[in-house]
Parts: sequence; C-alpha cells; structure tokens
Amino acid sequence: MIQLQIALSFGDFQLDTDIEIPGDGVTALFGDSGSGKSSLLRCIAGLAKAEKGRVCVNGEIWQDENQFLPTHLRPVGYVFQESSLFSHLSVRGNLDYAEKRSRGRESLVSRQEIVSLLGIEAVLDRKPDGLSGGERQRVAIARTLLSSPKLLLMDEPLASLDAARKREFIPYLKKLRSALDIPIIYVSHSLNEVAQLADHILVLNNGNVQAEGALTETLSRADFPMSLDDDAGAVLDVEVVAKEPDWQMERVMFSGGELWLRDSGLPIGTVHRIRVLARDVSLATERHENTSIQNILPVTLDVIVENADTGSALVQLNAGGHALLARITQKSLARLALKQEDRVWAQIKSVALLQ
Amino acid sequence: MEFSVEDFSAIWLTLKLAGVVTVTLLVVGTPIAWWLSQTRSWLKGPISAIVALPLVLPPSVLGFYLLLAMGPHGPVGKFTESLGLGLLPFTFWGLVVGSLVYSMPFVIQPIQNAMESMGQRPLEVAATLRAGPIDRFFTIVLPLAKPGLVTAGVLGFAHTLGEFGLVLMIGGNIPGATQTVSLQIYDHVEALQYGQAQALSLMMLAFSFAVLLLLYTFNPNSRIAGSMFRQKPKV
Repeated sequence: MIQLQIALSFGDFQLDTDIEIPGDGVTALFGDSGSGKSSLLRCIAGLAKAEKGRVCVNGEIWQDENQFLPTHLRPVGYVFQESSLFSHLSVRGNLDYAEKRSRGRESLVSRQEIVSLLGIEAVLDRKPDGLSGGERQRVAIARTLLSSPKLLLMDEPLASLDAARKREFIPYLKKLRSALDIPIIYVSHSLNEVAQLADHILVLNNGNVQAEGALTETLSRADFPMSLDDDAGAVLDVEVVAKEPDWQMERVMFSGGELWLRDSGLPIGTVHRIRVLARDVSLATERHENTSIQNILPVTLDVIVENADTGSALVQLNAGGHALLARITQKSLARLALKQEDRVWAQIKSVALLQ
Repeated sequence: MEFSVEDFSAIWLTLKLAGVVTVTLLVVGTPIAWWLSQTRSWLKGPISAIVALPLVLPPSVLGFYLLLAMGPHGPVGKFTESLGLGLLPFTFWGLVVGSLVYSMPFVIQPIQNAMESMGQRPLEVAATLRAGPIDRFFTIVLPLAKPGLVTAGVLGFAHTLGEFGLVLMIGGNIPGATQTVSLQIYDHVEALQYGQAQALSLMMLAFSFAVLLLLYTFNPNSRIAGSMFRQKPKV
C-alpha cells in the first residue's frame, strides 16, 4: 500500500491529496497539464517538500510530521520527462553510476537482463549526445532500474518522443511491467498509453484527486471526471478462446460474453486488453440478425449521462459485471424510451486491440 | 635579446605568484561559486557585488586599501603580526593576498556561470540514484563545470601574470622579492633598455597567446567575456 497525504502550495496552485494506492502493479497518474501530476511525483521522491504530508511506501515511512527523508535516502527510481543522462559519462558510465550506489541491495533484475530488455547493448560505449531520443530514454530507464528502487516513478517518459517512437517504446514498458516486482506510478496525459499499461488509475484535476480505482472499471464509467469526447470507452481484459484463420479473426471471452476481433496473433489462452470506444457502440431494444455487426451483447443499462450541449448521451452498460460505454444521441434515447435497468442489446462496431 | 639575471628572477617570481594564486583561488573559489549558484539567501546580492568589485575598481584603489588593511594598524596586519608572520606589504605573500583579491572575479564568475547553466536536473537525477550531497558535488557538479573550471584557471593565471598597478602598490617593486615581469618591463623602459623590454614583452605576448590558443582548442565553446557574465542555460 502506498499512502500519499500531501499538501503543497505554490502561487495560486494547491496540491491536496489524501489517498492510498496499491503497493504493486502500475498506477497511472492521469490529468491535464498543470493538474499537479509532476508535483505529486516530486513530493513522493522528496525533490519537493510538501508543507505537511505523509508518504508511506509498503510500510516504510518516507515523510511524516517528524521526519523528511532526503531524496538520496529514499529507495525511489525516477524517470524524468527528458532523459537527463549525465553528459560527462558514457552510457556505461551512467549505468555504473546507478549500480555503484544501489548499496548492494538485491537487484530486481540482473544488469544483463535490463540491458537486453531495453535493447541498449549496442550503445553502451557511446556518449549520451550521440543517442536518439528513444535510446536516451531507454538508457535512463535502465539506469533507474539499476539503482534497485522499491518504487518506480515515471513522469511522462514518452513525452519527448514522436508518435512512431512512442509506439515502438510501449512494448519495452510492457516487458518491464511484467519483469519487475515493484509498484510503478506512471504519469501521462495520453489515455492510450494509460489504457495499455496501467492496472490502476488516479485522476488529478487542479491539485485534487477526482477519481481513483481499478483502470478497467474507472475508465468505463459514464461519469468519469474528465471529458474524454471521442476517447471515451471501456477497457476490458479478455481471453483468446478461438481462432478463425480464414477470416483473420479471433474469438475472445469475458464475463459479459464473447466478441470477435481481428486476430491479435496471440495464442489461445492469452489474456489481453481491448478498448471499446463509446462511439462504436450502439443500442437496440431487439436483437437484429441481419446486420454486418458481429458483436452483439445483452446488457443492462446502468447509468445515463446526458449532455444537452452536444445533444448526446453517454450510457454505461453492465455486461456480465463489466462496464461498457455507448454514446448515442438524446433523440435516440427518447425514441427508444431507455431508462435505467432496461435490458437492451449493445451492438459493437469495432474493437481496438491494445496489445 | 638576452634575459638578465633580474629578468629570470622576475619571470620565476611571476610564474610562482600566478601559480599560487590560481591554485588557491580554484580551491577557495569553487565552493564560493557553488554557494552563489545555489543560494536563495539575501546575501547573494552583496556577496556577488563584493566578488565583482575588482572588475571595476582601479587597481590603485584596491592596492591602497589592501595596503592599509595589511599594514601595522590594519585588521589583516594585526592578525598576521599576532600569528608571528610579520607584516605582508612589500613581501611575496603580500602580493599573493593582493592578487587573490584582484583575480577573484575572473575565477569565481566563470565557475558560477558553468554551475548555474547546468541547472538542477542533473543533481536531482543523481539524488534519485542515491548520491548524497558531497557525492553529487564531486561526481556531478565538478565534472559538468569542468569547462568553467578550465576557463577560470586560465583567466585567473593570465590575469595575475599581467597585473601592474596592484603589485606596484603592495609589492613596491623589490627585485627578487616582489618584482614581477610587468614591473621589470616598466623598469627597462624607464632606463631606456628597449631591447630587454622588448624581449620580456614578446615573451609575455607569446605566452598569453599560447595559453588562449590552448584554451580555445580544447574548450572551443568558452568565451572569456561571455563566461564572466550570466549565460542562458543550454536547453
């Protein structure tokens, strides 16, 4: 368990949190720029001193009324937005710097594993100046891991990369997530990154915690505190149960039913994550058989959030205990006379793979 | 063009003076530069002004006050006498003290600028990698400030070599004790010994050029004038 009671103000801005997040897995810290994400990370690392606060990580107290552990005494790893490698040292020198100071603590993963996991064998003898942005960030992550942290903080580690490099990088982060056995707090304002990587989400707005919970549940709520527009949608963890190679499709299962989607290339039995955008889900009161839409699930209406400005409504559906979201017009809502607890059919036009 | 015995002793004395002053200033000035680059204390303004004073004060003014301070009634003079060291004016160590003050901004300011332009980020990174404050100073601050330290050393050395007014005021131009090359050149010219003045001047010119050439060859981005003043940090 990671306990974060932090009060910090500078100028007009006030950060005020009192939360507990899980002591393992990836927690996404999500919010607009200026919402206090980086400030919260800096307080956790001790780089900023919260006026009053309590930081407790899996039983170790890093800050409370009586003590403030300076950064270098906190077993924390911090990956900054820009890579911040030491320019006077080679890549190898940067890694040595971290390893030497890990105080012989039991390493999470061996140095060799880290280097190959992040694919930086070829650049070990180069100076940071000669590396690409993506390479630099990978070295920075490797360096952080070599210091054997007990909590890993990542502050928009992909912010300095372009879209193509980001896509390239996400697999590294996923490998990392499964190789490490430490909690990670991952700051991002990209819903796509968050949906792919995180188990848990914490939404900050203007220095306050707006929502917090398991990622799949929280993102699938119709009353999610941030306006996501076209990005609104449900995230589901599904299991591959069958393949249909002739059509390059696969069948996946979750407690709400079965879905057909484009073959992910993953073997039968694998669990992977998909995203169903609200705009791709429509509702019907009867089951239509003659339609091109293959994915039709029986669901119950849970929550309806109407938006008079856009004439649309976001409907949260219950599919076997999992939430799905549908965006429909207010007109359709009235025409079908939909209300809470109604049983309807959700027609899903397409499903995005997140793997 | 041949150097006399006095010329050689002046050259040796000058090199010794510049060497002692440069090394002392690098050792003492680096922590001061570090403090100035990090502090948010109100003292930063006054201390910065004191460090920069020798840039604008005429050497004769500086020399005059140092002479008073180091004299028998001055605070420094009383202190050195109480230590049994005697009085400093008109001695080599008097010259050293004077030159330390006179060359101080040329050493401290380039180091301070290098330290300010590196920003907080490398230090924060090092702290998250478990480097304590002293560890960070030696493994991050000093290596990253190296161009500033080199510039500071070269400037401090070259500036001490070339001073005239202050060494005249404090040292009194005593051959073998306080007569530096620049004073010796002045003496030669006064005595109409243009050949000897020429030899020493040419040597100073060649030496200064060689030092600056070395600096720019190995440290191509250093700007002496620029390094004296605040630079925008590189992004």
